[in-house]
This record gives sequence, C-alpha cells and structure tokens, in this order.
Amino acid sequence: MDFDLSEEQRLLKESVDGLLTDSYDFDQRKKYMAEKGGWSKTLWGKLAEQGLLGLPFSEDDGGFGAGGVETMIVMEALGKALVLEPYLATVILGGGFLRHGGSAEQKAAYIPGIIDGSKTFAFAQLEKNSRYDLGDVSTTAKRKGDGWVIDGEKFVVLNGESADVLVVTARTKGGQRDSSGIGVFLVPGNAKGIARKGYPTQDGLHAADITLTGVEVGSDAAIGDPENGLPLIERVVDEARCALCAEAVGAMDESLKSTVEYLKTRKQFGVAIGSFQTLQHRAADMFVAVEQARSMSMFATMASEFDNARERATAVAAAKVQIGKSAKFVGQQSIQLHGGIGMTQEAKIGHYFKRLTMIENTFGDTDYHLRRVTDAGGLV
Amino acid sequence: MDLSFSKDEVAFREEVRTFFRDNVPPATRQKLQEGRHLSKDEMVTWWRILNKKGWGVSHWPKEYGGTGWTSVQHYIFNEELQMHPAPAPLAFGVSMVGPVIYTFGNETQKKQYLPRIASVDDWWCQGFSEPGSGSDLASLKTKAERKGDKYIINGQKTWTTLAQYADMIFCLCRTDTSAKKQMGISFIVFDMKSKGVTVRPIQTIDGGVEVNEVFFDDVEVPVENLIGEENKGWDYAKFLLGNERTGIARVGVSKERIRRIKDLASKVESGGKPVMQDQGFREKLAAVEIELKALELTQLRVVADEGKHGKGKPNPASSVLKIKGSEIQQATTELLMEVIGPFAAPFDEHGDEGSNESMDWTAQIAPSYFNNRKVSIYGGSNEIQRNIITKAVLGL
Repeated sequence: MDFDLSEEQRLLKESVDGLLTDSYDFDQRKKYMAEKGGWSKTLWGKLAEQGLLGLPFSEDDGGFGAGGVETMIVMEALGKALVLEPYLATVILGGGFLRHGGSAEQKAAYIPGIIDGSKTFAFAQLEKNSRYDLGDVSTTAKRKGDGWVIDGEKFVVLNGESADVLVVTARTKGGQRDSSGIGVFLVPGNAKGIARKGYPTQDGLHAADITLTGVEVGSDAAIGDPENGLPLIERVVDEARCALCAEAVGAMDESLKSTVEYLKTRKQFGVAIGSFQTLQHRAADMFVAVEQARSMSMFATMASEFDNARERATAVAAAKVQIGKSAKFVGQQSIQLHGGIGMTQEAKIGHYFKRLTMIENTFGDTDYHLRRVTDAGGLV
Repeated sequence: MDLSFSKDEVAFREEVRTFFRDNVPPATRQKLQEGRHLSKDEMVTWWRILNKKGWGVSHWPKEYGGTGWTSVQHYIFNEELQMHPAPAPLAFGVSMVGPVIYTFGNETQKKQYLPRIASVDDWWCQGFSEPGSGSDLASLKTKAERKGDKYIINGQKTWTTLAQYADMIFCLCRTDTSAKKQMGISFIVFDMKSKGVTVRPIQTIDGGVEVNEVFFDDVEVPVENLIGEENKGWDYAKFLLGNERTGIARVGVSKERIRRIKDLASKVESGGKPVMQDQGFREKLAAVEIELKALELTQLRVVADEGKHGKGKPNPASSVLKIKGSEIQQATTELLMEVIGPFAAPFDEHGDEGSNESMDWTAQIAPSYFNNRKVSIYGGSNEIQRNIITKAVLGL
C-alpha cells in the first residue's frame, strides 16, 4: 500500500502544473474561449509537445504506457486550471475506445493523430431519452454491403462541434434498452449525412447536437464486436468517470484555496471575515469534503484497473457519489463565502462552481450512482 | 501509488483474524455486537490474553514490549480487532499515559509503570476535563501545591471514564497560578486509593455509568510522581492527544455495525418484506457505506503518511478522521434505530448483565444510539476539530 507518487509521476505533475501555471491563467482562458471552437489549438499543441496527449497509450502505439494514476495527475491539473481543451473527449474517451477495443489497424490509423495533436475526438452517446443509461440506444446502424448505415440523433456531445472523429454508439439489433446489440463506430466528423449544431455549455466548454442521416461507414468503422459493445462502453465510460472525479478534485482544491484566500483578505466590520467562526467552520467542512473526495478519486483510479467489471463499476460509482456530494457542497459554499463577488461572471470562483455542477451531471449524477452502489449490495 | 496489501500484510491479517477467532471469549464478543457494556473482569481477561500473545501494547517501542509492526500492520490489527469485534486495549493506559511515560518519564517511572500497564495490573484513568474546563481545557483549576517532597492536590475532574475501576490516574494540575494558562500545568500521576480521592458516578442518557466525577481533597502525592518537568504538562497533554490519531476513525467498528444492520434488516419485516428490501432504506445505508469507504481511504492515507514521515507530528487530516468517523458511527446507530422501529422503545432494567435468553436483542439499540452521541463530543468535540483545521490547515 502506497499513496506516494513515483519519481516519474512527480515529474509529470510538475511539468503539467508548470505548463498550466505559465499558459492558463484566468485571462488567458478567456482568450482561448474566444477562439474558434472555444479552445486553443496552440495550447493543445503544447499538451502534445509535452507528451500529455500520448500518456495512456501503449509504447507500441507510440504512447507512454501510463496508467490511471498518471491520468489522475493530469486531470487534477486540468481541473485546477479549468482547462477548456478536449482532453476528456479525445484522450480519455476517443483514446479509451481505441485502447480497449480498437483493432491493430484502427489503432495505427487513429492513435498517432491523437498523440501529435492533429486530431480530436468526441463521444456521441447521449440521446433524447437515454439519460444516464449507456445501454439505452435508439440510433441505428444497419448493415449495407460490408459496411454500415447509421441513423439517429445525439445530444450534448462534448467537443462534438470541432471533433475530427466521432465515436458513435448505435444499435445493430434488438430493442432500445436491450443490453446486447449495441455497436461502437468511428465516424469522420465531416462524413456525408452528419449535421452538427454546436453551442457553448454552461461551464464554458463546447458541445453539439448531432443528427446522423444515412451516414455510411465501412466495415472497418466498428470498434470491437458491433453486436456486443456495451461492456466496452462501460469500461471506457468508467475511465471517463474516474477522470472526471480527478478533474473535480482539482477544481475543488482550487475553489477551497481561492475561498480561503478571500476569507483572509475581505474585510467587514473592520476585520478579515475569516476571523468569524461561522465562516471558519464552513471552510473546515469544505476541507473535509475535498479530502473525502480526493480519497475516493484515488480509490476509483486504482479500481479502474480491476479486471472484475462488477467490482470496478461499483467502486467507480461510489467515487462518483462522493465526488458529486463534495462538489456540490464545495461549489455552493465557495459562492456563499465569496458573497456578492461570487455571483459575478468576472470572478473566477463562479466558473469553478459551474464546471463542478456540470461534472456532477456527466455520465451519471449522484442519485444514479447511489442506486448502482445500492443495487450492487453496497461496499461493506 | 498502490492500494493493495502486500503478501506479508495479507498473511498478517489472516494471523490476526485467526487469533481473534480462537481467543476472544464468545460472550465478550456477543456483548460488544449487541452494544452492551463489558464488566471489568471481561475486559481485563481479554487484555491479559492479548498481552500474553505479545500484542497488548503493540505500538510501544520494542524495548517496552511493543511489536515493531509497521503502520500498515497496526492499521490491520486495529481494523480486525474492531470488526471481530473485540475490546480495544485500555486507551488511557496503553495509548495515552504509556507513551507519555516512555517519552518523557525517567527510568524509575518507566520501570515502575510500563510493565503494569501492559499486564493490566494497573487500570488507568484520565484526569483532564473539569466542570469549568471542557473544550477550554487549559483553563483547568485543579491545583497541585508543592510542600516539601509532596504535592497537595485539590480540585475536581469530570467525565472521568471508568474511574470506578481505576487504580491510577494521570492528572493535569496547575502548579503555577501566576503563569499564562498553558504554562503553569503539570502532568502528575497517582494512586486512586490515595486519601482524599472520591469517585462519584455520572449516569448518562443511555442509563449506563461509564463516566464519573472525581474529587481531590488535600490528596498527598510524592513529588517523584511528576512526569517530565514541572509546568510542562500542557506539552505532554498535546503529545498525548495527538498520539492516537488513526484509531479515532473507528472504521472497523462502523463496518461491523453495518454488517449487523444488514443482518437485522434482513430479519425485520415492514410491509410484508424485509426492511433490507426497502429501496429508500437501502440507499440510505449505501450512502453511509460510501462515506465510510472514503473515510477508510483517508485513514489509509494518514497511516501511509505516518509510516513515511515518522510519528510525532500530527497529520492535520486526522481531524477529518475524527469528524467523519464520529458522524458515520452516529449514522450507523441511527440506521439500527430505523431497522427496529417501534421495538426500540422497551427499556431493559437489567442493563448490561441481563441474560440473553430473557432479553430481547433489540434492548441495547436505543441506548447505543443515545450513547453514541458522545463520539462527536469527546476527544476534542467536532467543533474543536474544525477549529484545528481552520488554524493548522487553512491558516485562518
């Protein structure tokens, strides 16, 4: 048992923290947000240069063969800086499908573009009525010759607006909620029959609603078994949940830090408001919430590498519950303790709150995951 | 970073578990499971079994009878002990005064007291809190006046846990009334049978008698009973309170209680089906289990950190352990109340010694719920823990 970072992991942390300290203050972030697509190609290039985009891929595929802990380190740093660039969509989700399900040809065709920063991905999964159920898919993929024709509507696809490649879930057989009969397909973002309606999200990222009408892809588009893709989807989404937990811990860390700083500097009644015990204890409760969240983020990271899918899923769900609760408390109290300033678009703290809020509702909210832990019979 | 236990650690867990299974007297285990208080004899009998095995003062330095275990081994030992469940070694002797004596005491004191703590020949109690000094402990007024080769002690202590069984007390006494409040305190130990010591029980809301008031009326104590230096007692008290950092989370106790909740909730029916099948109840329980898992991980982080950086400097995260640990313990006793519902009400006048045949298994659930309100109050109330986080961690 060991909670320390290895020497290499420490260096990774220093390098990603250093990069973001230099190139990602709040004003720079605003500039990146104003760029086409809502994020910075230049910064993305820097992430590629530092090898961060190739981290989880095996050395055979041109990556660094890093594990969950390295991803956790990077996601925490991205969370601290409120990074807009599509790391989750591209490296964790797109890359995750290729790593866990891709054929040798698919890996060779797509992974180099992720690692060198030339291609970004988006995971087109959510449908109008699917909510958090990954097995609820009504988009269809029908055989045509060797290939497939895909029809359906996907919503709130993160980075869906600018992604070069979409990873689309579609039903190859069975009914809307059958757990079998779901395929995962690689679809070029500019394929014929794709209509993308992009928009900014509440937390400053960008997403798109995507309509697929008679989109034709080849036989090489299916990742893994096109009739039984759900286990793969669950595995990759579990990794994305872990990544989100780590991102949330980073964002909570920074929210708490910023709030404590504000308590020390803001004066009322002639004294720093941090001298009031009511506010001190609130901040102490925020610290407790962050530490409990950090513990569960570590737990989920280590559990995400379990081979037993059921154990892995329960552990990740439990982490998402803790992170959801902690994030809500830390986010809301950060605003409360900043007072009126916390309500302004101009102050950074509100943006942490918004990102934390959206993380809770991504890939299953607190209630959803609590039900999953409950149905699994708990943890004790 | 690696969460798994090593092969040796897994083997150690097995060894500890087997020992508890074969050696904890079954009646003792059952009483603990049912939330009853143990008699003095039951506790001492078990502690002597533990000491004979060489595990009575496991975390002490080897020269005084300790085991030389790693932090992780201590963690495993405590968790297995709490989950079995078996009574933990008497904290006042083993975790509190023992370490103060081997760290600050002289050779004579070490020889005189340490072996008797290990063998439970002396039952120790703690004389810290006073009627006017709870959270503001340093305002304590019990006075020790030096007269020749004796201290004359006058004053009153309260919340003195199990003082009714105690042979010895370690006591914070004011030896310099002119100094700033933390500066004039000394750490003095003495015999509870000394003339002028009176113990009066305090009955708590669960009906039990765990705590007492202790009065000192011109109690004469030899000056060689002073531990360390005069007027340095506050430092020793802080050392003592910071020492028992990771046990306070009581993760094993809560795990054991959650198993009991599941067991009882599978037997008790509501609306024609076991309570355990009620979705609302199940979700509430799962929520507590998740909090407990997070706490367990936080505790492991503190344990691992302790192993790396050595003992002595309390990790501020230990305040998290106290706050969350007590909240979870209380939540589990609330869930037990919920399971038995209206059958929480009957009060068993026979108390802890009622025979199991005549006593319904529900009898201790409400008292245990009432009694567990103490856990967020003692050991530095949760509000004091928040003060510690505020200052030591957040720098406010």
